[in-house]
Amino acid sequence: MRLSEHTYRTVSSIRGPLIFLNRVREVRFGEVVRIIHPEGGSLEGEVIKIDGDTVLVQVMGETRGLDTGSAVIFSDAVKRAPLSVEVIGRIFSGSFAPLDNEPPYIPERWGAISGAPINPVARARPQDFIETGFSTIDALNTLVRGQKLPIFSCAGLPAKEMAAGILRNARLAGGGQFVVVFVALGLTHHEYSYYMDVLAGMQGGFAAFINRAGEPVIERLLAPRFGLAVAEYLAFCHAMDVLVLITDMTNYCDALREVSTAREELPGRRGYPGYLYSDLSSLYERAGRIRGLAGSVTMLPVVTMPEDDITHPIPDLTGYITEGQIVLSRELHQQGIFPPVDVLPSLSRLMQQGIGEGQTRSDHRQLANRLYRHYSRGRDLRRLEAIVGRDGLSGKDRQMLDFADVFERELVHQGNVRRTVAESLDTGLALMQRFALEG
Amino acid sequence: MSGTITGIAGPTVTVDLKGLRMYEIVLVGKAGLTGEVVRLERERAVLQVYEDTRGLAVGEPVRGTARPLTAQLGPGLLGGMFDGLQRPLEKLLERDGPFISGGSSASVLDSPRQWHFIPVKGPGDRVTAGETIGQAEEGAFRHLVSAPRDGVLASLAAGSYSVCQAVGSYDDGSPISVCQEWPVRSPRPCRRRLPPTEPLVTGQRVVDFLYPLARGGTAIIPGGFGTGKTILEQSVAKFSDVDLVVYVGCGERGNEMAELLEEFAGLNDPWTSRRLMERTIVVANTSNMPVAAREASIYTAVTMAEYFRDMGYHVLLLADSISRWAEALREISSSLEEMPGEEGYPTYLASRMAGFMERAGVVETMNGTVGSLSMILSVSPPGGDFTEPVTQACLRTAGAFLMLDASLAHRRHFPAVNWFQSFSLYEQTMVQHFSRIVDAGWTEARRRCRTLLQREEALREVAEIVGLEGMQEQDHLILHSAERIRLEFLCQNAYSEDAFSSPEQIMAMMNRILADHERLEGRLAAGDTLEAALGKGGDEHASQ
Repeated sequence: MRLSEHTYRTVSSIRGPLIFLNRVREVRFGEVVRIIHPEGGSLEGEVIKIDGDTVLVQVMGETRGLDTGSAVIFSDAVKRAPLSVEVIGRIFSGSFAPLDNEPPYIPERWGAISGAPINPVARARPQDFIETGFSTIDALNTLVRGQKLPIFSCAGLPAKEMAAGILRNARLAGGGQFVVVFVALGLTHHEYSYYMDVLAGMQGGFAAFINRAGEPVIERLLAPRFGLAVAEYLAFCHAMDVLVLITDMTNYCDALREVSTAREELPGRRGYPGYLYSDLSSLYERAGRIRGLAGSVTMLPVVTMPEDDITHPIPDLTGYITEGQIVLSRELHQQGIFPPVDVLPSLSRLMQQGIGEGQTRSDHRQLANRLYRHYSRGRDLRRLEAIVGRDGLSGKDRQMLDFADVFERELVHQGNVRRTVAESLDTGLALMQRFALEG
Repeated sequence: MSGTITGIAGPTVTVDLKGLRMYEIVLVGKAGLTGEVVRLERERAVLQVYEDTRGLAVGEPVRGTARPLTAQLGPGLLGGMFDGLQRPLEKLLERDGPFISGGSSASVLDSPRQWHFIPVKGPGDRVTAGETIGQAEEGAFRHLVSAPRDGVLASLAAGSYSVCQAVGSYDDGSPISVCQEWPVRSPRPCRRRLPPTEPLVTGQRVVDFLYPLARGGTAIIPGGFGTGKTILEQSVAKFSDVDLVVYVGCGERGNEMAELLEEFAGLNDPWTSRRLMERTIVVANTSNMPVAAREASIYTAVTMAEYFRDMGYHVLLLADSISRWAEALREISSSLEEMPGEEGYPTYLASRMAGFMERAGVVETMNGTVGSLSMILSVSPPGGDFTEPVTQACLRTAGAFLMLDASLAHRRHFPAVNWFQSFSLYEQTMVQHFSRIVDAGWTEARRRCRTLLQREEALREVAEIVGLEGMQEQDHLILHSAERIRLEFLCQNAYSEDAFSSPEQIMAMMNRILADHERLEGRLAAGDTLEAALGKGGDEHASQ
């Protein structure tokens, strides 16, 4: 163990965000280094490969202006996040520098940003109902405390309005409020100011980690880890219910691809590295609850599906890790329906535990199943209708077609009105009664 | 033997230790992380480390252990939950708290729990390796203790022992305990292998009736996300007619494991009414736990499964999902800078997979009894595309293919097993078995059920052209009955009473639908319209 920082001036090459150093001794994998910029200031970096005395450092920021004479200081420590409840109400950059002109706080402790996996036997099963105010979620794809449920959007769809709606309206059973950790990855200034307005109106408090579109790509790999380290700390050391909103995970994955390519790693599907699944799960799996502890981390990542393609590696791997997905539809959006949630490919895997007697209402499960069945039947018939025409269908089938239309217009569509779960279920029940459907 | 770390790249660590053997376990760094030798050169060795290497420094010491990765086999495994290296997770929780830290070693063996041992052999008896020498009482379970090798017993005594205490010894003085170790990458021996002849009853109608599985057989369940792989695997784990289930959560969700544990703790085995957890062993290496341990987890699991097979039990190994194992293999291969094959997977993917799946089978054990090890593996093809390398590699060796269909899942038809593209190579033998044991009409009912489903598919295509109105009453009847088969028979709600159907219930249910169909056919032949024949109540029933 080295007891002090070591400085080396042995940079042998600089390639994109990577620096190679020679003749470095006793370095740690994952060690944080500081690179002194010839024009003043410094950059942070992380050791990502060691081969004998040759070390590969990934620079967190632009390497523009660096030269091979630059000094590199090895810290003998891995990347840690300063943790404290003081983080609530603050806004930071993607590398945890304050953006709100307030001084940094004094941390209660430091925590490794990559965290440690929760022991599977220590996990408590997520099962407490969260009311989001949206019928398509509350009634049909119920979110529970400790779940990770992504929003799969397409370019141009109102994912941010929907995410904002959830932030504003999410209530725990019993009316408790969430503390929000907001992680912005590669956000445009327009989106950024929209979200900041929403956050300012939150009562439960928030902490934000902001990386905007023009800021270093590599910070996009750090910001969610900082955010989650903070979320875990607030949840499991201070018993808070934390809602982590990460937008947009597509920018995260693209940043990972960029770095992986610079490291000359073998590309997998669409150029994304082969470890994309493991890397994404190291973020998503940090959601959850722990037996015997009061807090929880609930995660709501936003994924913009490139080319509207749900089989693209990013939504695909996300869907394999998360406990369901809320899928937005361009078709519904064009009809002016908000939120434009397509309930058929949407799913909440943890719904069964969060509904029914004691959570929502005893008729919830049966009602949701029936609504699904009839709507899905109506949607199937639309394809048939396109071929044989409405007249070619039986009276009963025509009724199902109408049901699907009304379902979209009245149950899915709700504009900016918040519905309680009882109102959502009653809307569904009224639909069933109007069409005289029993089940 | 000791040396130091010379290089680190993710899970791959290079050391300057000499005298190591391939696949030997090495303790790495001050924290004592577990690593396995995967490449040897004259001056250095490359290790695959099973834990997070972050914070590990060049120059830290490494130490060889002179033994390969092994599993500890003995009483106390049942009802347990382990990580990919067989560390008991409950024990880690007690000691380290809710988060798993690196370098934590804990083993099944250091348990102080006492087991009552009753010998069936005595001093002076000559025993062969694998022969039963006694029995340990593990609840209601008969846990057979076998001789670790050939030899003559010098002592063997009844009494209470902890797993590491000797219950007896050979005449050369070497001790025998109720526990043994086995290298996880080598299959355990058997006298001979037998063909699978008995069905593996899963309680799932679509599987048992249309695509029956065999004890000692293998099956894969490929499906995109949200198609219900995990629910189907868990249902099979709950209801299968086997003595023991080993469930591997390989690179999947942590919350799912919590759910499984909670559910299994509260449920009874439908065949014996004992607690489900008493017949289950869980190996959990969730997606955020180290990748190398994920690669090892299926071997750890299959070794435990073989151990119980060798006692003459019927064991079922469920892995969710084998794709995550293949991805771990790919990650390790790429950090070793090996030449990639298709989609970056190493070229040995198919042979490793086949080697693993070959460990399933019906065997005559070294003790002369018959045991079986069946495997059901879920596959997560990227983008739901079944032409990808992992699904294809599995297909070469799997005995049954239960394809999960995303369009069925979107319609909330679960289990979403596609009834046209799935197959079971055990079909003929198992159908004969069911016809003999359950009902002589089994074969004929299957034929009629399949015909109805096929006719429905053909009629749907016609309907898309001419419209439903343009079709004959006979055709409407086929659509009606096929719909009933789909909704009442093939769909099975995993969250209700309906979650399990015995073969007798399956037969009764199918006969009911087919009898109704026959009756309605008769009415139509007599000139009635379908609507009239069904009456109002029947029609509503069908729309469900």
